[in-house]
Amino acid sequence: MAFLELSGVSKGFGTAGARSEVLRDITLSIDKGEFVAIVGYSGAGKTTLISMIAGLIEPDAGTITLDGRPVAGPGPDRGVVFQNYSLLPWLTVYENVYLAVDQVFADWTKERKRLHTERSVAMVNLGAARDKRPGQLSGGMRQRVAVARALAMDPQVLLLDEPLSALDALTRATLQDEIERIWERDQKTVVLITNDVDEGILLADRIVPLSAGPGATLGPAVAVDLPRPRDRKALNHDPRFKRLRGQVIAYLLGPGGRPKLRGVEKTPLPALPVSA
Amino acid sequence: MKPLGRKLGLVLLPLVGASCVLFAWMVSSRTWSKNLPSPGKTWEVSKPYVVEPLAKRGELDQGILRFAWYSLVLVAKGYSIALLVGTPLGFVLGLSPLFTRCFDPIIQVLRPVSPLAWLPLGLVLFENSKPAALFTIALCAMWPTVLNTAMGVRAIPQDYLNVARVLNLSGRKRLFKILIPATLPYMFTGFRLSLGIAWLVIVAVEMLTGTPGIGGFLWQEYNSLIYEHIILCILTIGVIGFALDLLMGAVERRFKVA
Repeated sequence: MAFLELSGVSKGFGTAGARSEVLRDITLSIDKGEFVAIVGYSGAGKTTLISMIAGLIEPDAGTITLDGRPVAGPGPDRGVVFQNYSLLPWLTVYENVYLAVDQVFADWTKERKRLHTERSVAMVNLGAARDKRPGQLSGGMRQRVAVARALAMDPQVLLLDEPLSALDALTRATLQDEIERIWERDQKTVVLITNDVDEGILLADRIVPLSAGPGATLGPAVAVDLPRPRDRKALNHDPRFKRLRGQVIAYLLGPGGRPKLRGVEKTPLPALPVSA
Repeated sequence: MKPLGRKLGLVLLPLVGASCVLFAWMVSSRTWSKNLPSPGKTWEVSKPYVVEPLAKRGELDQGILRFAWYSLVLVAKGYSIALLVGTPLGFVLGLSPLFTRCFDPIIQVLRPVSPLAWLPLGLVLFENSKPAALFTIALCAMWPTVLNTAMGVRAIPQDYLNVARVLNLSGRKRLFKILIPATLPYMFTGFRLSLGIAWLVIVAVEMLTGTPGIGGFLWQEYNSLIYEHIILCILTIGVIGFALDLLMGAVERRFKVA
């Protein structure tokens, strides 16, 4: 049995009559230590999916099990990095991380908790900003704090909900490298939700496309067989990278695309010059 | 405007407004209301009370700030009761929709009742003017704190609550690390409005109970036909109320977190 297992998971919102199904029949198995990226459209239900794994919302149908035990409510075994950082603005960087450490490792001594917090803050290169409040930090730095807080809990699974989508391209690239470095070191199981196919290929072992909603479901998984560490500059010209990218995009624009777009495919757009 | 001009405007423009009121007062006292003392006369008669603001010449004849101090002490007591009762009540209202459905209608009915109406009930309940005064101040001043705190709790972003759930925070930590800090800005808005009401209520309460204080003094001087002192009291009440609001405004801003 896989480490993290979703089988036949569905979720809808709204009351009977005006009810719309967001996710339909989601089945996915993730091995321990595996890095899986779920790529899909905005509004397809990606956040709903990760919230269910996190235990913040319950599926209407189907089961989610982690290490053989069904997921019932949130817990420190699953660290979540939210899209909008979700830091507490009245606490400093250190205090935000310490809050998690203090809760998860309640039986540690104060000194040990302090050291662990310092280490987590240093790991995302925020040592210099440890006493700043989130309001004084840039978006990239805030997201690092969120990553540090999630990692400090030493979770079995790290759930990343579009953690980088609000950042500019350069910050994004830096943080992608940082996430890869941390994953290489800890070999944690990671589920990354993203709308960026390239980001998925760069980081993940396997990419699972999520079709457009309503009633989104998972498409055929694509294994990323590129050797690590992956160099983003070399990757752009790698034929395997292009093939993987083509496979995922073909699904997202084809069978997994928006219903209204499907008929339009017969009038192809003129080919644009590819920019470097 | 140049910086110097702006600074001058900051001082001059409020003076323009004050002068207009002073002028209207002067004209009124000369023309249609012969009983209204003129500004000059008011100053003359009030001078001993202002120049020696803390003097105590007798029970009924004290400096204006000494009277104001008695009032402030009474307000502080009533206001403290209002906060101690109102803040937890607001929290429970904000947290529990069931509680809100039970108590919100009755709160909306009690809220607009004037202090003049509560005071007699207080006198009936406590048979003594001091606790009746406290009862009235607390009851009237409580509502902004209750309603703003409740609104603040309801406005806590889901993100913060999700953090509490993901971290499995205990009830106590959830309250002190998330709920209270997230609600503080709203709470302090409530505190500021409550203080304004408490100060508004004090005058009416003192008038009716004859408690020594700025409102009691005002009423006593009306009965003694010393109308100059009525105006002195009105101005003092206004200035102190303004100062209290500025003070609470500063505290409120301090607790606003970006």
